[in-house]
Amino acid sequence: MTAPSPNESSHLLSVLIFSPLAAAAVAALIRSERLLRLWTLAFTTAIALFSLQLWSRFDPKTADFQFPEFSRWVPALGTNYAVGIDGISLLLVLLTTLIMPLCVLASWRYIQTRVKEFMICLLIMETAMVGVFCAMDFILFFVFWEAMLIPMALLIGVWGGPRKIYAALKFFIYTMFGSMLLLVAIIALRLQVGSFSIPDMMGRNYSPTFQIWVFLAFFISFAIKVPMFPFHTWLPAAHVEAPTAGSVLLASILLKMGTYGFLRFSLPITPYATAYFTPYVLWLSVAAILYGGLTALAQTDLKKLVAYSSVAHMGFATLGIFALNELGIQGAVLVMVNHGVTTGALFIIVGIIYERLHTRDLSEAAGIGRTMPIFALFAGVFALSSLAFPGTNSFIGEFMVMSGGFLLAKTNPTFIGMMICVVPGVVLAAAYMLRMLQKVAYGGTRNPDHSQVHDLGLREILTLAPLLVLVFWIGLHPEPLTRVLDASVKHLLDQAHQVHSKTTYAILP
Amino acid sequence: MPSCPEIAFLPELVLLLGALVVFVITLGEGRVQQARTAALLTSVGAIIACVVCLGQEATLFSGAYRVDQFSQVLKLVFACGFALILLLSGNLQDIREDIKPEYFLFLTLSVSGLAMLVSCVDIITLVIALEVSAFPLYFLVAMRREREGQKSQMESAIKYIMFGVAANGVMFFGMSYLFGLTGTTSLTEILPRLQPMIHSPLAITGLALTFCGLYYKLAVFPFHFWTPDVYQGASNETAGLVASLPKIGAVAVLVRFVSLASPDNHTVAIMLAFLAVASMFYGNLIALMQKDFKRLLGFSGIAHAGYALIGFVALDQFGYTAALYYIIGYLLMVLACFVVICKVSTDGTNVAIEDLAGLHKRSPLLAVTLIVGVFALAGIPPFVGFMGKLTLLSAALSKGYLFLVVTAVINAAIAVYYYLCVVREACFRDPGDRPPIRLDWATRALCVLLIAGILGLGIAPARVLNTLSSSVANLNAPASAAAVANTAR
Repeated sequence: MTAPSPNESSHLLSVLIFSPLAAAAVAALIRSERLLRLWTLAFTTAIALFSLQLWSRFDPKTADFQFPEFSRWVPALGTNYAVGIDGISLLLVLLTTLIMPLCVLASWRYIQTRVKEFMICLLIMETAMVGVFCAMDFILFFVFWEAMLIPMALLIGVWGGPRKIYAALKFFIYTMFGSMLLLVAIIALRLQVGSFSIPDMMGRNYSPTFQIWVFLAFFISFAIKVPMFPFHTWLPAAHVEAPTAGSVLLASILLKMGTYGFLRFSLPITPYATAYFTPYVLWLSVAAILYGGLTALAQTDLKKLVAYSSVAHMGFATLGIFALNELGIQGAVLVMVNHGVTTGALFIIVGIIYERLHTRDLSEAAGIGRTMPIFALFAGVFALSSLAFPGTNSFIGEFMVMSGGFLLAKTNPTFIGMMICVVPGVVLAAAYMLRMLQKVAYGGTRNPDHSQVHDLGLREILTLAPLLVLVFWIGLHPEPLTRVLDASVKHLLDQAHQVHSKTTYAILP
Repeated sequence: MPSCPEIAFLPELVLLLGALVVFVITLGEGRVQQARTAALLTSVGAIIACVVCLGQEATLFSGAYRVDQFSQVLKLVFACGFALILLLSGNLQDIREDIKPEYFLFLTLSVSGLAMLVSCVDIITLVIALEVSAFPLYFLVAMRREREGQKSQMESAIKYIMFGVAANGVMFFGMSYLFGLTGTTSLTEILPRLQPMIHSPLAITGLALTFCGLYYKLAVFPFHFWTPDVYQGASNETAGLVASLPKIGAVAVLVRFVSLASPDNHTVAIMLAFLAVASMFYGNLIALMQKDFKRLLGFSGIAHAGYALIGFVALDQFGYTAALYYIIGYLLMVLACFVVICKVSTDGTNVAIEDLAGLHKRSPLLAVTLIVGVFALAGIPPFVGFMGKLTLLSAALSKGYLFLVVTAVINAAIAVYYYLCVVREACFRDPGDRPPIRLDWATRALCVLLIAGILGLGIAPARVLNTLSSSVANLNAPASAAAVANTAR
């Protein structure tokens, strides 16, 4: 599957995947809550630093899956333990490992009950999330993908807000429904290919009908996870009720799994069906951008506002992916990373407000920036980043996605109308974010009294600072990221275009 | 090949001897503890004996009883399940005080019946073993204590017996067809003789009727009517037993009978598929409405029987392996739920789902056991329920039953809801004034064993699947000495 590379013998990925589990086992034995927090923080930080090795040892010139590991798992079923990463998964793995310590920091004071179980859930989540992005075997992927549901539902359901039970159940059932279809598609593919290996499944000439069915099964599963427009209703509930760390994980990592699924599976495995369904998916993306923006504009709950803005941002990601050109896909991956950084930060910001005021209501929080200048600075930067202000990270991603979209419209004029519809979406982002920023930072003439509220502490600054650095680093110097993506995205596009360039393109619209 | 067939018979001997010892103990007064210890020792002895005899092959009683890999593996499963159930039935709160020792006697007898069942390759011995395993269960159901507002155990027991006898009657009727067609009661003989006429309506009717007795044990629709009532009427420990071990026995015997049908027998496959679909939908949809945890498990058990049947639809070795693997996993999953039921119910009454509220605060270990058990039943990885479903679906899809697979998947999605309702109570609600639960060492050990088993079988099933697969491979073949003559396939 992969050409021998210098990283052949390392167990880097396995260490990354399974060491959080070991840490969870250790955490189960720790009694002191303070020690538990410290242990989890130290461990996730260590993992984050350790994962930087991937960045330095990654070879951006090849599209092969790197750091591969392989061992037999269940021969009777033909499934193996196979992991490896390419440029796309590299960025997402790094995003995951870097977000984790921030999640621990963000829940330092927020989580007061059942700290041990909380930390164990977080660590199990890390295993599952890294596992999803590294898996090179479809069953392994599915195991991690599903295993994530349990700790995540617990995070929402045990430590969440007033309607936590409703939110946790909705999240679980929605996602589970999608995954069940995914499972059928996986087994169907295995019967065609003869193995569960993901690279083996790519670039095969499946019959168009088969591709369409598999694509639909994939699509529903991933679209629920993204979430794309008609499948998004679980997201606001889950986001609003989840504790800060849960919201951050949901927004920064879990949503990316849907788009990652499109990139890793839909495009290379079912290229014909991808081309066939592209117009519909693109329109759904536009609908998500507009709908998310409009709904966010109407929210008074800060968390809901950020949650709906996620729907819009992820609309950009799917738009870029299904533009099916290099700019679009690279932009989409950047949007994914940026959304992870920015929206994660915004959820932490909302959490900080909630810890102080015990409300997330926009009018209650009005003018809080006057007594919290440092907080206002952070909030301002992240809000600007979220509306894709030039110089911040999101600008690069959305700009590339838009360019990709227009490139598509240039070759295929039917999409011009669609791209025109996207433009108001960008304006909407500015509208809802500036509205929030204006309210939070300045408020009006009759603000509630916030004079007792204290500004950010060192811990909170430390939580937000790394994300701030990323906002500007990606915003001003995105080249290292695109360099890493380059080969992988080119290879992906080759696979996605391969079938309809041969025979079937003629029948496409 | 062993020269001494008696050694191969060791697990059964240990179990029967144990039953005898427990019987002697029951003759005295108030010897509950001794009876339990004797039964526990028997189970440990049986596990050791099974391990010792694992590779044995022998034919006993003029070919009516065969010790082979298939039977030995399943005997080991039964012995382990026996030990788990003994750990589960700690002080038997809801059994009448004066007959507690007898409880262990009937338990041991039933398990010995099951152990014999899997070795039977002759219809006559098979029927006897089936009854030996079934009759003690009828008594166990009726042994629940009577008290205010709790009189349903007799009704349940009667229901259990009546349905059992009726289903057995149908089964015997079917067996008489098989005998009439082939002129023999030996399964190894029936297989080759049935092949020329396997597609005749008579043979298919015979097989279908024979299956009925096993459907009853497995609680497949439409032979499921006893399930929820018996679960509810029997004491918690008994329900745990009824829900687990006999089903493995039923699947094992069903493997023997279904493999009489040739792999391309569409009629049998369609029939099994229909029953599987009906069981899944019936069980899952009705389970959505349940308030009593045991009734919920009863209906979910019907659905799981449907899942297990999916493996049989494939009518090949892989499918049978999948079914056996799934039902063995089911033993662990359902026992995990029953541990929680037995411990949450402090005085032996039935447990409503609300009674689980706040379990994560009242007893974290029980809560984890429940989460693992319930999510495993729901088929979430990395637990055994997922691997089991995956093997079942792979087996069915490789034979092209896409419809069946999609149905199963839809059902798994439906089922998630009621399993989640259980988790919701246990993890997301406050305990209110419900007291914390203290666990004794046996329960702790049981919880840890079950969790480890559910995880272990789910993450590393390779060896188990291989063992089961190779043991299913030459199931109804004539005894190994005459293996050359085995040309049925």
